[in-house]
Amino acid sequence: MQQEVFTSAAADGATAPIETHAVIIGAGPCALFAVFELGLVDIETHLIDILDKPGGQCAELYPEKPIYDIPGLPIVTGQGLTDRLMEQIEPFSPTFHLNQRVDQLERLADGRFRLVTDLGQEFITQLVVVAAGGGSFTPKRPPLQGIEGYEGTSVHYSVRRIEDFRDREILIAGGGDSALDWALALQPVAKKLTVVHRRDKFRAAPDSVNRMLAEVDSGEMDFLLGQVTALHGDNGQLEAVTIRAKEGESRFECDTMLPFFGLTMKLGPVADWGLNLHQNLIEVDTEKFETSEPGIFAVGDINSYPGKLKLILSGFHEAALMSQAAHKIIYPDQKLVFQYTTSSSSLQKKLGVR
Amino acid sequence: MAKITFIEHSGAEHTVEVEPGMTVMESAIKNDVPGIEAECGGACACATCHVYVEDAWRAATGAPEEMEEDMLDFAFEVRESSRLSCQIKVTDALDGLVVRVPEKQF
Repeated sequence: MQQEVFTSAAADGATAPIETHAVIIGAGPCALFAVFELGLVDIETHLIDILDKPGGQCAELYPEKPIYDIPGLPIVTGQGLTDRLMEQIEPFSPTFHLNQRVDQLERLADGRFRLVTDLGQEFITQLVVVAAGGGSFTPKRPPLQGIEGYEGTSVHYSVRRIEDFRDREILIAGGGDSALDWALALQPVAKKLTVVHRRDKFRAAPDSVNRMLAEVDSGEMDFLLGQVTALHGDNGQLEAVTIRAKEGESRFECDTMLPFFGLTMKLGPVADWGLNLHQNLIEVDTEKFETSEPGIFAVGDINSYPGKLKLILSGFHEAALMSQAAHKIIYPDQKLVFQYTTSSSSLQKKLGVR
Repeated sequence: MAKITFIEHSGAEHTVEVEPGMTVMESAIKNDVPGIEAECGGACACATCHVYVEDAWRAATGAPEEMEEDMLDFAFEVRESSRLSCQIKVTDALDGLVVRVPEKQF
Protein backbone atom coordinates (compact mmCIF):
# COMPACT_ATOMS: atom_id res chain seq x y z
CA MET A 1 0.00 0.00 0.00
CA GLN A 2 1.45 3.32 -1.05
CA GLN A 3 1.15 6.05 1.54
CA GLU A 4 1.33 9.70 0.86
CA VAL A 5 4.27 11.21 2.65
CA PHE A 6 4.16 14.82 3.64
CA THR A 7 7.47 16.56 3.50
CA SER A 8 8.44 20.01 4.57
CA ALA A 9 9.38 22.64 2.05
CA ALA A 10 12.86 23.03 3.41
CA ALA A 11 14.63 21.54 0.42
CA ASP A 12 15.80 24.90 -0.84
CA GLY A 13 16.93 26.35 2.43
CA ALA A 14 15.60 27.36 5.78
CA THR A 15 11.98 28.06 6.49
CA ALA A 16 10.65 29.37 9.79
CA PRO A 17 11.50 27.25 12.84
CA ILE A 18 8.97 24.49 13.47
CA GLU A 19 7.66 24.27 17.03
CA THR A 20 6.43 20.88 18.16
CA HIS A 21 6.01 18.51 21.08
CA ALA A 22 8.46 15.92 19.84
CA VAL A 23 11.06 15.49 17.15
CA ILE A 24 11.91 11.91 16.25
CA ILE A 25 15.32 11.51 14.67
CA GLY A 26 15.00 8.68 12.18
CA ALA A 27 12.03 7.20 10.32
CA GLY A 28 12.69 3.49 10.60
CA PRO A 29 10.20 1.00 12.08
CA CYS A 30 10.82 1.97 15.70
CA ALA A 31 10.53 5.67 14.86
CA LEU A 32 7.25 5.00 13.08
CA PHE A 33 5.85 3.01 15.98
CA ALA A 34 6.97 5.78 18.35
CA VAL A 35 4.64 8.09 16.39
CA PHE A 36 1.82 5.69 17.22
CA GLU A 37 2.57 5.39 20.92
CA LEU A 38 3.18 9.13 21.33
CA GLY A 39 0.03 9.83 19.32
CA LEU A 40 -2.06 7.76 21.72
CA VAL A 41 -0.98 10.08 24.53
CA ASP A 42 -1.65 13.22 22.47
CA ILE A 43 1.93 14.07 21.57
CA GLU A 44 2.46 15.46 18.09
CA THR A 45 5.54 14.42 16.17
CA HIS A 46 7.89 15.50 13.41
CA LEU A 47 10.28 12.94 11.96
CA ILE A 48 13.61 13.75 10.33
CA ASP A 49 15.46 11.19 8.22
CA ILE A 50 18.45 11.26 5.91
CA LEU A 51 16.84 8.82 3.49
CA ASP A 52 14.33 9.88 0.85
CA LYS A 53 11.61 7.61 2.24
CA PRO A 54 10.33 6.30 5.57
CA GLY A 55 11.29 2.78 6.69
CA GLY A 56 14.98 3.09 7.54
CA GLN A 57 16.97 -0.09 6.99
CA CYS A 58 13.75 -1.99 6.27
CA ALA A 59 13.13 0.17 3.22
CA GLU A 60 16.72 0.88 2.21
CA LEU A 61 18.59 -2.36 2.90
CA TYR A 62 16.03 -5.14 2.69
CA PRO A 63 12.67 -4.01 1.28
CA GLU A 64 12.04 -7.43 -0.26
CA LYS A 65 13.55 -9.62 2.44
CA PRO A 66 11.11 -11.44 4.67
CA ILE A 67 11.17 -10.76 8.42
CA TYR A 68 9.93 -13.66 10.54
CA ASP A 69 10.00 -12.31 14.09
CA ILE A 70 7.39 -9.58 14.19
CA PRO A 71 4.73 -10.71 16.68
CA GLY A 72 1.53 -11.61 14.90
CA LEU A 73 3.00 -11.29 11.40
CA PRO A 74 4.56 -14.70 10.65
CA ILE A 75 6.14 -13.29 7.51
CA VAL A 76 6.41 -9.71 6.32
CA THR A 77 8.92 -7.96 4.08
CA GLY A 78 10.83 -4.85 5.14
CA GLN A 79 8.71 -2.73 2.82
CA GLY A 80 5.54 -4.54 3.88
CA LEU A 81 6.21 -3.75 7.53
CA THR A 82 6.97 -0.13 6.66
CA ASP A 83 3.74 0.19 4.69
CA ARG A 84 1.70 -1.28 7.53
CA LEU A 85 3.30 1.00 10.10
CA MET A 86 2.58 3.99 7.85
CA GLU A 87 -1.04 2.88 7.72
CA GLN A 88 -1.11 2.43 11.49
CA ILE A 89 0.19 5.94 12.24
CA GLU A 90 -1.89 7.73 9.63
CA PRO A 91 -4.49 8.95 12.19
CA PHE A 92 -1.75 10.95 13.92
CA SER A 93 -0.63 12.79 10.76
CA PRO A 94 3.06 13.03 11.58
CA THR A 95 5.16 15.31 9.40
CA PHE A 96 8.16 13.81 7.64
CA HIS A 97 11.26 15.82 6.85
CA LEU A 98 13.24 13.58 4.53
CA ASN A 99 16.65 13.87 2.86
CA GLN A 100 17.87 15.73 5.91
CA ARG A 101 20.22 15.00 8.74
CA VAL A 102 20.07 16.60 12.16
CA ASP A 103 23.41 18.28 12.59
CA GLN A 104 22.88 20.31 15.75
CA LEU A 105 21.02 19.61 18.94
CA GLU A 106 21.16 22.00 21.90
CA ARG A 107 19.12 22.79 24.96
CA LEU A 108 17.60 26.24 25.17
CA ALA A 109 17.39 28.33 28.35
CA ASP A 110 13.70 27.44 28.73
CA GLY A 111 14.52 23.72 28.78
CA ARG A 112 13.30 22.98 25.26
CA PHE A 113 15.59 21.79 22.50
CA ARG A 114 16.71 23.42 19.27
CA LEU A 115 17.62 21.18 16.35
CA VAL A 116 19.04 22.25 13.01
CA THR A 117 19.29 20.01 9.96
CA ASP A 118 21.93 20.12 7.24
CA LEU A 119 19.36 21.86 5.04
CA GLY A 120 19.01 24.61 7.61
CA GLN A 121 15.57 23.64 8.87
CA GLU A 122 15.20 24.55 12.53
CA PHE A 123 13.01 22.83 15.11
CA ILE A 124 12.08 23.91 18.62
CA THR A 125 10.80 20.92 20.55
CA GLN A 126 9.98 19.86 24.08
CA LEU A 127 11.41 16.42 23.66
CA VAL A 128 13.62 14.48 21.33
CA VAL A 129 13.45 10.79 20.49
CA VAL A 130 16.58 9.42 18.88
CA ALA A 131 15.48 6.44 16.79
CA ALA A 132 18.40 6.52 14.42
CA GLY A 133 19.03 2.78 14.14
CA GLY A 134 22.56 2.06 13.01
CA GLY A 135 23.17 5.75 12.53
CA SER A 136 22.71 7.91 9.53
CA PHE A 137 23.10 6.50 6.04
CA THR A 138 26.10 8.13 4.44
CA PRO A 139 27.71 7.55 1.05
CA LYS A 140 30.45 4.96 1.13
CA ARG A 141 33.93 6.39 0.88
CA PRO A 142 36.15 4.27 -1.36
CA PRO A 143 39.24 3.28 0.65
CA LEU A 144 41.63 5.11 -1.70
CA GLN A 145 44.82 6.52 -0.23
CA GLY A 146 44.41 10.22 0.61
CA ILE A 147 40.82 10.55 -0.62
CA GLU A 148 39.87 12.70 2.41
CA GLY A 149 42.14 15.47 1.11
CA TYR A 150 40.14 15.77 -2.10
CA GLU A 151 36.69 15.66 -0.57
CA GLY A 152 34.68 18.83 -1.01
CA THR A 153 37.00 20.17 -3.69
CA SER A 154 37.52 17.42 -6.29
CA VAL A 155 35.74 14.40 -4.86
CA HIS A 156 32.02 14.66 -4.19
CA TYR A 157 29.50 12.10 -2.95
CA SER A 158 26.44 14.10 -3.88
CA VAL A 159 25.41 16.95 -6.12
CA ARG A 160 23.60 19.89 -4.59
CA ARG A 161 23.98 22.24 -7.57
CA ILE A 162 24.60 21.02 -11.09
CA GLU A 163 26.04 24.39 -12.04
CA ASP A 164 28.99 23.78 -9.68
CA PHE A 165 30.17 21.11 -12.12
CA ARG A 166 30.17 23.24 -15.26
CA ASP A 167 33.24 22.80 -17.49
CA ARG A 168 34.73 20.11 -15.28
CA GLU A 169 36.31 16.90 -16.48
CA ILE A 170 34.21 14.52 -14.47
CA LEU A 171 34.77 10.87 -13.65
CA ILE A 172 31.79 9.04 -12.19
CA ALA A 173 32.63 5.74 -10.51
CA GLY A 174 29.92 3.12 -10.08
CA GLY A 175 27.13 1.49 -12.04
CA GLY A 176 23.98 1.95 -10.00
CA ASP A 177 21.10 4.39 -10.28
CA SER A 178 22.94 7.25 -8.57
CA ALA A 179 25.95 6.86 -10.85
CA LEU A 180 23.89 6.80 -14.02
CA ASP A 181 21.36 9.44 -13.00
CA TRP A 182 24.13 11.90 -12.18
CA ALA A 183 26.10 10.99 -15.29
CA LEU A 184 23.07 11.89 -17.40
CA ALA A 185 22.32 15.03 -15.39
CA LEU A 186 25.87 16.37 -15.39
CA GLN A 187 26.80 15.48 -18.97
CA PRO A 188 25.27 18.64 -20.49
CA VAL A 189 27.35 20.99 -18.29
CA ALA A 190 30.56 18.95 -18.06
CA LYS A 191 33.54 19.61 -20.29
CA LYS A 192 33.98 15.86 -20.44
CA LEU A 193 32.18 13.10 -18.60
CA THR A 194 33.32 9.52 -18.13
CA VAL A 195 31.72 6.65 -16.25
CA VAL A 196 34.04 3.98 -14.87
CA HIS A 197 32.52 0.71 -13.70
CA ARG A 198 33.94 -2.74 -12.98
CA ARG A 199 31.67 -4.54 -15.46
CA ASP A 200 29.51 -3.72 -18.46
CA LYS A 201 26.28 -4.45 -16.61
CA PHE A 202 24.47 -1.78 -14.65
CA ARG A 203 22.21 -2.14 -11.65
CA ALA A 204 20.01 0.76 -12.61
CA ALA A 205 16.66 1.58 -14.16
CA PRO A 206 16.62 0.19 -17.73
CA ASP A 207 15.71 3.60 -19.12
CA SER A 208 18.78 5.23 -17.53
CA VAL A 209 20.99 2.43 -18.82
CA ASN A 210 19.65 2.85 -22.36
CA ARG A 211 20.07 6.61 -22.30
CA MET A 212 23.59 6.31 -20.95
CA LEU A 213 24.60 3.73 -23.56
CA ALA A 214 23.10 5.94 -26.29
CA GLU A 215 25.19 8.89 -25.10
CA VAL A 216 28.29 6.69 -25.05
CA ASP A 217 27.52 5.58 -28.62
CA SER A 218 27.09 9.15 -29.80
CA GLY A 219 30.29 10.23 -28.07
CA GLU A 220 28.60 12.58 -25.63
CA MET A 221 30.05 10.62 -22.73
CA ASP A 222 32.68 7.92 -22.28
CA PHE A 223 32.57 4.60 -20.55
CA LEU A 224 35.58 2.78 -19.12
CA LEU A 225 35.64 -0.76 -17.83
CA GLY A 226 37.74 -0.93 -14.66
CA GLN A 227 38.16 0.18 -11.08
CA VAL A 228 39.83 3.26 -9.63
CA THR A 229 42.81 2.25 -7.49
CA ALA A 230 44.63 5.53 -6.81
CA LEU A 231 44.16 9.30 -6.90
CA HIS A 232 46.76 11.81 -8.10
CA GLY A 233 46.88 15.55 -7.48
CA ASP A 234 48.03 18.32 -5.19
CA ASN A 235 46.40 20.44 -2.49
CA GLY A 236 43.02 18.81 -2.84
CA GLN A 237 42.97 19.32 -6.60
CA LEU A 238 42.57 16.06 -8.45
CA GLU A 239 44.59 15.76 -11.67
CA ALA A 240 44.25 12.10 -12.56
CA VAL A 241 43.36 8.67 -11.24
CA THR A 242 44.78 5.21 -11.78
CA ILE A 243 42.32 2.80 -13.31
CA ARG A 244 42.89 -0.92 -13.11
CA ALA A 245 41.35 -2.96 -15.89
CA LYS A 246 41.88 -6.47 -17.21
CA GLU A 247 44.69 -5.28 -19.46
CA GLY A 248 46.48 -3.56 -16.59
CA GLU A 249 46.71 -0.16 -14.95
CA SER A 250 46.50 3.17 -16.71
CA ARG A 251 46.42 6.85 -15.80
CA PHE A 252 43.26 8.78 -16.54
CA GLU A 253 43.10 12.58 -16.44
CA CYS A 254 40.15 14.22 -14.67
CA ASP A 255 39.64 17.08 -12.24
CA THR A 256 36.49 15.83 -10.50
CA MET A 257 35.42 12.42 -9.27
CA LEU A 258 32.01 11.34 -8.00
CA PRO A 259 32.10 7.87 -6.40
CA PHE A 260 28.71 6.17 -6.04
CA PHE A 261 29.19 2.93 -4.12
CA GLY A 262 26.02 2.87 -2.08
CA LEU A 263 25.40 3.85 1.50
CA THR A 264 26.74 2.80 4.85
CA MET A 265 25.62 3.63 8.36
CA LYS A 266 27.63 6.01 10.52
CA LEU A 267 26.71 7.32 13.95
CA GLY A 268 27.34 10.85 12.66
CA PRO A 269 26.51 14.00 14.62
CA VAL A 270 24.69 12.02 17.37
CA ALA A 271 28.14 11.49 18.87
CA ASP A 272 28.55 15.24 19.46
CA TRP A 273 25.41 15.91 21.46
CA GLY A 274 26.86 15.22 24.89
CA LEU A 275 24.89 12.02 25.45
CA ASN A 276 26.52 9.17 27.36
CA LEU A 277 27.61 6.56 24.85
CA HIS A 278 28.61 2.94 25.21
CA GLN A 279 30.43 1.45 22.22
CA ASN A 280 28.87 4.02 19.90
CA LEU A 281 25.37 3.39 21.24
CA ILE A 282 23.31 5.71 23.43
CA GLU A 283 22.93 4.60 27.05
CA VAL A 284 19.36 4.64 28.33
CA ASP A 285 17.48 3.45 31.40
CA THR A 286 15.01 0.60 30.96
CA GLU A 287 12.07 2.32 32.61
CA LYS A 288 11.74 5.34 30.34
CA PHE A 289 14.43 4.78 27.71
CA GLU A 290 15.72 8.23 28.51
CA THR A 291 19.32 9.18 27.81
CA SER A 292 21.71 10.93 30.16
CA GLU A 293 19.98 14.18 29.11
CA PRO A 294 16.45 14.53 30.52
CA GLY A 295 13.96 15.01 27.71
CA ILE A 296 16.07 13.15 25.16
CA PHE A 297 15.02 9.54 24.67
CA ALA A 298 16.52 6.80 22.50
CA VAL A 299 14.71 3.74 21.14
CA GLY A 300 15.57 0.94 18.73
CA ASP A 301 18.97 -0.24 17.54
CA ILE A 302 20.75 2.96 18.57
CA ASN A 303 20.27 2.51 22.32
CA SER A 304 22.12 0.35 24.79
CA TYR A 305 21.13 -1.15 28.14
CA PRO A 306 21.86 -4.42 29.94
CA GLY A 307 20.23 -7.24 28.01
CA LYS A 308 19.56 -5.15 24.92
CA LEU A 309 18.55 -7.07 21.79
CA LYS A 310 18.58 -5.30 18.46
CA LEU A 311 15.16 -6.51 17.43
CA ILE A 312 12.38 -4.45 15.91
CA LEU A 313 9.97 -5.85 18.50
CA SER A 314 12.22 -4.63 21.32
CA GLY A 315 12.18 -1.16 19.79
CA PHE A 316 8.39 -1.24 19.75
CA HIS A 317 8.32 -2.04 23.46
CA GLU A 318 10.81 0.73 24.16
CA ALA A 319 8.64 3.22 22.25
CA ALA A 320 5.60 2.32 24.36
CA LEU A 321 7.39 2.86 27.67
CA MET A 322 9.13 5.99 26.42
CA SER A 323 5.76 7.50 25.53
CA GLN A 324 4.51 7.19 29.11
CA ALA A 325 7.49 9.22 30.30
CA ALA A 326 7.08 11.67 27.42
CA HIS A 327 3.50 12.34 28.48
CA LYS A 328 4.73 13.51 31.90
CA ILE A 329 6.96 16.07 30.18
CA ILE A 330 4.38 17.42 27.75
CA TYR A 331 1.41 17.29 30.15
CA PRO A 332 2.93 17.56 33.64
CA ASP A 333 -0.41 18.31 35.28
CA GLN A 334 -2.37 15.50 33.68
CA LYS A 335 -2.70 12.08 35.20
CA LEU A 336 -2.15 9.41 32.56
CA VAL A 337 -4.68 6.62 32.91
CA PHE A 338 -3.51 3.41 31.31
CA GLN A 339 -5.93 2.32 28.60
CA TYR A 340 -6.35 -0.43 26.01
CA THR A 341 -7.06 0.30 22.34
CA THR A 342 -9.54 -2.59 22.40
CA SER A 343 -11.87 -0.90 24.85
CA SER A 344 -10.99 2.75 25.42
CA SER A 345 -13.38 5.05 23.61
CA SER A 346 -10.95 7.95 23.86
CA LEU A 347 -8.13 5.95 22.24
CA GLN A 348 -10.47 4.68 19.55
CA LYS A 349 -11.53 8.23 18.82
CA LYS A 350 -7.89 9.22 18.32
CA LEU A 351 -7.45 6.27 16.00
CA GLY A 352 -10.48 7.33 14.03
CA VAL A 353 -12.22 3.98 14.46
CA ARG A 354 -15.17 5.38 16.42
CA MET B 1 31.42 -30.25 10.33
CA ALA B 2 33.39 -28.47 7.62
CA LYS B 3 36.64 -26.59 8.13
CA ILE B 4 36.97 -23.16 6.57
CA THR B 5 40.13 -21.10 6.54
CA PHE B 6 40.09 -17.33 6.35
CA ILE B 7 43.36 -15.64 5.42
CA GLU B 8 43.59 -12.00 6.42
CA HIS B 9 45.33 -9.43 4.24
CA SER B 10 48.23 -9.53 6.72
CA GLY B 11 48.55 -13.27 6.12
CA ALA B 12 47.10 -14.29 9.48
CA GLU B 13 45.06 -17.48 9.16
CA HIS B 14 41.91 -18.46 11.02
CA THR B 15 40.48 -21.94 10.61
CA VAL B 16 36.98 -22.44 11.93
CA GLU B 17 34.64 -25.42 12.21
CA VAL B 18 31.30 -24.86 10.56
CA GLU B 19 28.06 -26.74 10.61
CA PRO B 20 26.82 -27.31 7.06
CA GLY B 21 23.87 -25.06 6.26
CA MET B 22 25.42 -21.93 7.75
CA THR B 23 26.87 -19.32 5.45
CA VAL B 24 30.58 -18.58 5.26
CA MET B 25 29.81 -15.08 6.59
CA GLU B 26 27.96 -16.50 9.61
CA SER B 27 30.89 -18.77 10.40
CA ALA B 28 33.24 -15.77 10.32
CA ILE B 29 31.03 -13.63 12.58
CA LYS B 30 30.43 -16.49 15.02
CA ASN B 31 34.17 -17.03 15.34
CA ASP B 32 35.17 -13.34 15.41
CA VAL B 33 37.21 -13.53 12.22
CA PRO B 34 38.58 -10.01 11.66
CA GLY B 35 37.77 -8.20 8.43
CA ILE B 36 34.29 -9.59 7.82
CA GLU B 37 31.87 -6.84 8.83
CA ALA B 38 28.50 -8.03 7.49
CA GLU B 39 26.86 -4.72 8.24
CA CYS B 40 23.46 -5.78 6.87
CA GLY B 41 23.44 -9.11 8.69
CA GLY B 42 23.36 -11.32 5.63
CA ALA B 43 20.66 -9.71 3.48
CA CYS B 44 22.98 -9.37 0.47
CA ALA B 45 22.53 -5.64 0.87
CA CYS B 46 25.88 -4.11 1.82
CA ALA B 47 28.95 -5.89 0.38
CA THR B 48 30.89 -5.75 3.66
CA CYS B 49 31.45 -9.52 3.85
CA HIS B 50 33.46 -9.54 0.62
CA VAL B 51 36.01 -12.36 0.24
CA TYR B 52 38.27 -13.75 -2.47
CA VAL B 53 37.79 -17.47 -3.00
CA GLU B 54 41.05 -19.35 -3.56
CA ASP B 55 41.31 -20.59 -7.14
CA ALA B 56 41.17 -24.26 -6.19
CA TRP B 57 37.76 -23.70 -4.59
CA ARG B 58 36.10 -21.50 -7.17
CA ALA B 59 34.37 -24.34 -9.00
CA ALA B 60 33.00 -25.77 -5.73
CA THR B 61 31.65 -22.43 -4.48
CA GLY B 62 30.18 -21.52 -7.86
CA ALA B 63 29.53 -18.14 -9.40
CA PRO B 64 27.59 -15.28 -7.80
CA GLU B 65 23.94 -14.92 -8.67
CA GLU B 66 22.71 -11.72 -10.26
CA MET B 67 21.74 -9.98 -7.02
CA GLU B 68 25.11 -10.77 -5.47
CA GLU B 69 26.90 -9.61 -8.62
CA ASP B 70 24.96 -6.34 -8.38
CA MET B 71 25.92 -5.91 -4.78
CA LEU B 72 29.59 -6.60 -5.56
CA ASP B 73 29.47 -3.27 -7.41
CA PHE B 74 29.53 -1.73 -3.95
CA ALA B 75 32.63 -3.63 -2.86
CA PHE B 76 36.21 -2.46 -3.28
CA GLU B 77 38.89 -4.14 -5.42
CA VAL B 78 36.54 -6.66 -6.91
CA ARG B 79 38.26 -9.54 -8.69
CA GLU B 80 37.17 -12.58 -10.67
CA SER B 81 37.32 -14.57 -7.44
CA SER B 82 35.20 -12.09 -5.46
CA ARG B 83 32.18 -13.37 -3.57
CA LEU B 84 29.99 -12.09 -0.77
CA SER B 85 30.49 -14.63 1.98
CA CYS B 86 26.86 -14.33 3.13
CA GLN B 87 25.85 -15.93 -0.15
CA ILE B 88 28.08 -19.02 0.13
CA LYS B 89 26.27 -21.78 1.96
CA VAL B 90 28.55 -24.31 3.62
CA THR B 91 28.16 -27.92 2.55
CA ASP B 92 30.27 -31.00 3.22
CA ALA B 93 31.72 -30.45 -0.25
CA LEU B 94 33.26 -27.20 1.00
CA ASP B 95 35.20 -28.89 3.84
CA GLY B 96 38.65 -27.32 3.60
CA LEU B 97 37.52 -24.13 1.81
CA VAL B 98 40.05 -21.30 1.81
CA VAL B 99 39.03 -17.67 1.33
CA ARG B 100 41.04 -14.47 1.56
CA VAL B 101 39.73 -11.41 3.36
CA PRO B 102 40.33 -8.15 1.46
CA GLU B 103 42.44 -5.39 2.94
CA LYS B 104 39.34 -3.30 3.53
CA GLN B 105 35.58 -3.66 3.49
CA PHE B 106 33.76 -0.48 2.69
